[in-house]
Amino acid sequence: MHSIPGRRVIMALFLIFLLLPIYWLVNMSFKTNSEIVTTMTLWPHTPTLQHYKRIFTDESWYSGYINSLEYVVLNTIISITVALPAAYAFSRYRFLGDKHLFFWLLSNRMAPAAVYALPFFNLYSAIGLFDTPWAVALAHCIFNVPLAVWILEGFVSGVPREIDETAFLDGYSFPRFFVKILIPLIASGIGVAAFFCFMFSWVELLLARTLTSVQAKPIAAIMTRTVSAAGMDWGLLAAAGVLTIIPGALVIWFVRNYIARGFALGRV
Amino acid sequence: MDKTINQKAWFLVLPVFLVVAFSAVIPLMTVVNYSMQDTFGNNQFFWNGVGWFKELLDPSTDLGGRFLASLGRNLFFSLVILAIEVPLGIVIALSMPREGWTVAACLVILALPLLIPWNVVGTIWQIFGRPDIGLLGYTLNSLGINYNYVSNEIDAWVTVIVMDVWHWTSLVALLCYAGLKSIPDAYYQAAQIDGASRWAVFTAIQLPKMNRVLLIAVLLRFMDSFMIYTEPFVVTGGGPGNSTTFVSIELVKIALGQFDLGKAAALSLVYNLIILIVCWVFYTVMTNAGVERKTQAEKEPAAELKPAGALQPAHALQPKEGVA
Repeated sequence: MHSIPGRRVIMALFLIFLLLPIYWLVNMSFKTNSEIVTTMTLWPHTPTLQHYKRIFTDESWYSGYINSLEYVVLNTIISITVALPAAYAFSRYRFLGDKHLFFWLLSNRMAPAAVYALPFFNLYSAIGLFDTPWAVALAHCIFNVPLAVWILEGFVSGVPREIDETAFLDGYSFPRFFVKILIPLIASGIGVAAFFCFMFSWVELLLARTLTSVQAKPIAAIMTRTVSAAGMDWGLLAAAGVLTIIPGALVIWFVRNYIARGFALGRV
Repeated sequence: MDKTINQKAWFLVLPVFLVVAFSAVIPLMTVVNYSMQDTFGNNQFFWNGVGWFKELLDPSTDLGGRFLASLGRNLFFSLVILAIEVPLGIVIALSMPREGWTVAACLVILALPLLIPWNVVGTIWQIFGRPDIGLLGYTLNSLGINYNYVSNEIDAWVTVIVMDVWHWTSLVALLCYAGLKSIPDAYYQAAQIDGASRWAVFTAIQLPKMNRVLLIAVLLRFMDSFMIYTEPFVVTGGGPGNSTTFVSIELVKIALGQFDLGKAAALSLVYNLIILIVCWVFYTVMTNAGVERKTQAEKEPAAELKPAGALQPAHALQPKEGVA
């Protein structure tokens, strides 16, 4: 691959630009609140773990992480399960209204969450799912299912049709072919799709906040509580922020070899 | 096209159809329903016809003025960030190291901002930009630049734009990188033999090959910036004044803040319609580009690749796997 002159400098500058704000957040999370407010220090002079300790011991804090992970995992499982057969259908067959259906799905990925916040609130209150992880998991399907279909369709199209035909000639039934042959072949694609579902469900706040009140409150919503009568608890806010970055960073590490292709939605 | 026609494929699509219909069509019907009615609380609704829509599109009313102003701000914001992020993303993709462990390291760091919850992105920039406790705000102010995103409109805009560049340029860069990786070496060798300049390589080989991923990047970036909510809401809260109130922020204010269901629903529908139209334009362009690429690919190996093909062993012509 051909690169441009000065690429090392450009790359280094950009990475510093990306990392500097994150460093500042991490730095803050280890400072005491008095150090944050009174002095400007580039690294914590009196490092403390008090903020982290508070998050891990106070149930109202750490339950937020559990709630968030709960609906993210639920959503990823639902999205991938329903998207797999659809991706196969879009990749292999033409059927009545296939293009329109695909566009309709795509348009849902693009629909603003703000539009759906209120109707979702009404809908899930009416069917008694309000304030459960299921409400958020189902609500996030609106943008994750189309995305999963889109990504998986690209990967399924990369599997030669001859493989299907040979399998059917060998007497494989459709479900058996699907589970035994197709899924192992596009395992990396499923990984990428799951990564994206995880990512978009994890970062979304508006719907997650609107659809929960007490029981299933996500960590992102709990973080808004750090404003108190005594002013802003910056250290605690920073520590909570750092802890929300960690799951994402872990997931990236697992898919690092497929990231570039995944971001191209399996279409390169 | 070698797809077979099979109506039974609908059974495979049915689960997706049901799930998405449940979470898209039913709520949308509620929105349509609300948009035609007015409420004075107590769950009493009155028929209002297209009244809200008329008000919405008339800049002289309060609702219309707010909507059109936020729409203008939002379009301006989307254009600015596209103008910054797309070229920058291409440059970053071209600057990626060629091989070794640095590739993986760069990819991981690039992807990091994408996986941070959006409100934490807001928090990070709030903490980073504040003049009293933030590194950026503090440094700028001690350099003599009067920077305060809470009270100054221009500073607020700069902060929101830089934050978006920080957050999303990586997406464009990763997409372009994936596009660049899929270019076979033979193309570069052919260019070298022809004595092509660096710029010619970029415009004749790299840019056309990135076409498709760039379209996806522009589509995703336009859509996501057009419905941006959380990040500016956390950092500026739409202020100072209304200067960074984008359409989504306005909508949430009306819907969940004032519980003005009719107005909010009418706004939602118009908002959704704009997005649908833009989405359709992109989709059509993208599908056409796909068809063009296919016909081009059939001609290409015969016409353009001959010089390299003659010198290289046959396997060099096979496109490399597009993974990092």
